[in-house]
Amino acid sequence: MPAFNMDPKKHPMPSQDPLVRNKNFKEVALGYDEATAIEEAKRCVHCKNKPCVAGCPVAVDIPAFIALVAEGKFEEAYEVIQRTSSLPAVCGRVCPQETQCEGKCTRGIKGEPVGIGRLERFVADWHMKNGSAAPVKPQSNGHKVAVVGSGPAGLTCAGDLAKRGYDVTVFEALHVAGGVLVYGIPEFRLPKDIVRREVDGLKALGVKIETDSVIGRVLTIEELKEEYGFEAVFLGTGAGLPRFMGIPGEGAKGVFSANEYLTRTNLMKAYEEGSETPILHAKRIAVVGGGNVAMDAARCAKRLGAETVYIVYRRSEAELPARREEVEHAKEEEIIFKLLTNPVEIQTDKDDNVVGLKCIQMTLGEPDASGRRRPVEVPGSEFTMDVNCVIMALGTSPNPLLKQTTPGLETQRRGEIVTDENGKTSLEGVYAGGDAVTGAATVILAMGAGKVAAKAIDEYIQGK
Amino acid sequence: MFEIVKKEALNPTVMRMDVRAPLIAKKAKAGQFIILRADERGERIPLTVAGCDREAGLVTIIFQIVGGATMTLATLPQGGYIADFVGPLGTPTHIEGLKKVAVVGGGVGCAIALPVARALHEQGTQVTSIVGFRNQDLVILEEEFKACSDRFYMMTDDGSYGEKGNVCVPLNRLLESGETFDAVITIGPLIMMKFVAAATKPYGIRTIASMNPIMIDGTGMCGCCRVTVGGEMKFACVDGPDFDAHLIDFDEAMKRSRTYVEFEAKAREKHCNLFKKEVN
Repeated sequence: MPAFNMDPKKHPMPSQDPLVRNKNFKEVALGYDEATAIEEAKRCVHCKNKPCVAGCPVAVDIPAFIALVAEGKFEEAYEVIQRTSSLPAVCGRVCPQETQCEGKCTRGIKGEPVGIGRLERFVADWHMKNGSAAPVKPQSNGHKVAVVGSGPAGLTCAGDLAKRGYDVTVFEALHVAGGVLVYGIPEFRLPKDIVRREVDGLKALGVKIETDSVIGRVLTIEELKEEYGFEAVFLGTGAGLPRFMGIPGEGAKGVFSANEYLTRTNLMKAYEEGSETPILHAKRIAVVGGGNVAMDAARCAKRLGAETVYIVYRRSEAELPARREEVEHAKEEEIIFKLLTNPVEIQTDKDDNVVGLKCIQMTLGEPDASGRRRPVEVPGSEFTMDVNCVIMALGTSPNPLLKQTTPGLETQRRGEIVTDENGKTSLEGVYAGGDAVTGAATVILAMGAGKVAAKAIDEYIQGK
Repeated sequence: MFEIVKKEALNPTVMRMDVRAPLIAKKAKAGQFIILRADERGERIPLTVAGCDREAGLVTIIFQIVGGATMTLATLPQGGYIADFVGPLGTPTHIEGLKKVAVVGGGVGCAIALPVARALHEQGTQVTSIVGFRNQDLVILEEEFKACSDRFYMMTDDGSYGEKGNVCVPLNRLLESGETFDAVITIGPLIMMKFVAAATKPYGIRTIASMNPIMIDGTGMCGCCRVTVGGEMKFACVDGPDFDAHLIDFDEAMKRSRTYVEFEAKAREKHCNLFKKEVN
């Protein structure tokens, strides 16, 4: 084992300059080179109880892969990660490591934690560029499983089952696989080429992907089981149904859900010259909400040429649900934060174009059920923001389509599918995980749920 | 990829295609639609299922060439392929239990009205069809409508074919003479559906409009197709496309439908210039 590097700080991530990158869709963070990766890997002190592994929802053997990086054995490091994670190039980029693996890292007690996410990303990217060994297709066990939805939950579940020898078919409603990884998270945070290659990796394991397939409409769950012989079904259909505020003017031209704005931008590439899909190029845009999706929409808006982009959020900076890093990136890119501010009306002209957003000032009162201080309106504090486009990033709920078309599938009030701790639903042989079960959450939690369900499906089929 | 088995021009701007999509053909019901993407750079556009051959696995679409995406689609040859073809989407039109219905279609909306009229006719409903076009050159599907209608009215705005006037002319005449219907089902331009709704409202006749807002995914994940119905926000792609016409905010829908007018004009121009180059 080489000597440890006791530098209290992480090696910084090379990035595009904020005022250059806010005009292009290229990836913001540029990744470590080999020498930096080796130096960062040496910061891991290989402590005995491995708290980082417990902090990872898919339990990557972090110290083991980092030790290999420190020795310059990058392909071997990839093999260690790949044993438990199907999408390392994605996770290394979009996981909130500060609350997961890195949040638990021993080095974080006295300084900065080891850059685990950055190292995972480095290893996955290195493999994509230099890895030569063709993946070995596992021996088939003759059992068929259907996965509905090709987002992080579905892809992880499919990957894990394929590695166990199952014949897996993934059904996706859109024309590209990846779910939120392709339509939601922008190119500048997660290049779509990376997602495509991760999906190709799954195909090499034998996973079949059927795009343009809306399950519930073109085939029901029952037909998948009865007519097509799938012994189990995993539902990873996500939470894509956007919420609106219910304020006057929301039907106006120039009011978008963040999902629509991001889908036009990321999936349909509306920012590219050759794309047939239009998008409104507004100059002054308000994004309502404070989560990661709000940050993504605001940063896309800037890149699409908006001069002024506001984040409008009803609580204060401390309560912003977005990752700290995303908030910092947004600020560096000159996104303006209007905090303790809540919209009450979207103002329009006679042709129904947006001409202003009427808001009211808020103050924080007593904590509510979520433990956060409840925002309270300040009487008489209404004011109007001069904007011509409003993007609503208020969160999403599970799509009602599957519930409507699948008799006996138990769901909660907002449409979340009810499961036990292993992802088992109220229907025999049907499992679910990810946002479809929890409501909108994170990529890595969805992957963790896909992993748990894959194990449960394996036990169910083998125990029949 | 989805094969275009047959391609045929119904009039100078309206095209019919039979597309091989066996799973959709097996399932689609009147009132449902598909979303397609003609090629890799293409936009996702919604088109109603105009008919199915369940045995042969074919889905018929009928579309008007109005902008970039439909121009691209129209250039694909018979035997060629559409990149993506997704469906059946939306909630089927509720026709069960209806004894006497007027189907009112306008322009290319008639292609959407036809399967509804046909489904009604097949279940024994008495069908009165009223169809309207700008002029004789644009008339489509006349014989098909006649075949499934007990009464049939053909209208043109300029009187070049059938009776002169819009679809509300015979509708009002029937209503004023005391005719009643279990339902009026209307499909066509927003302005036409708005007037049909206004005509039936005083008589309290249940009226259903098939809405055609801008769509992207067509599966309920973006809300681009939202319509205000009875003061509530509905997504046409999952809650509709059919809604109670007396509750729809047609004015808002008309304004929303003009969101990308400038962009569409540019796209159209670009395509037309491409055509010119090919001719030269």
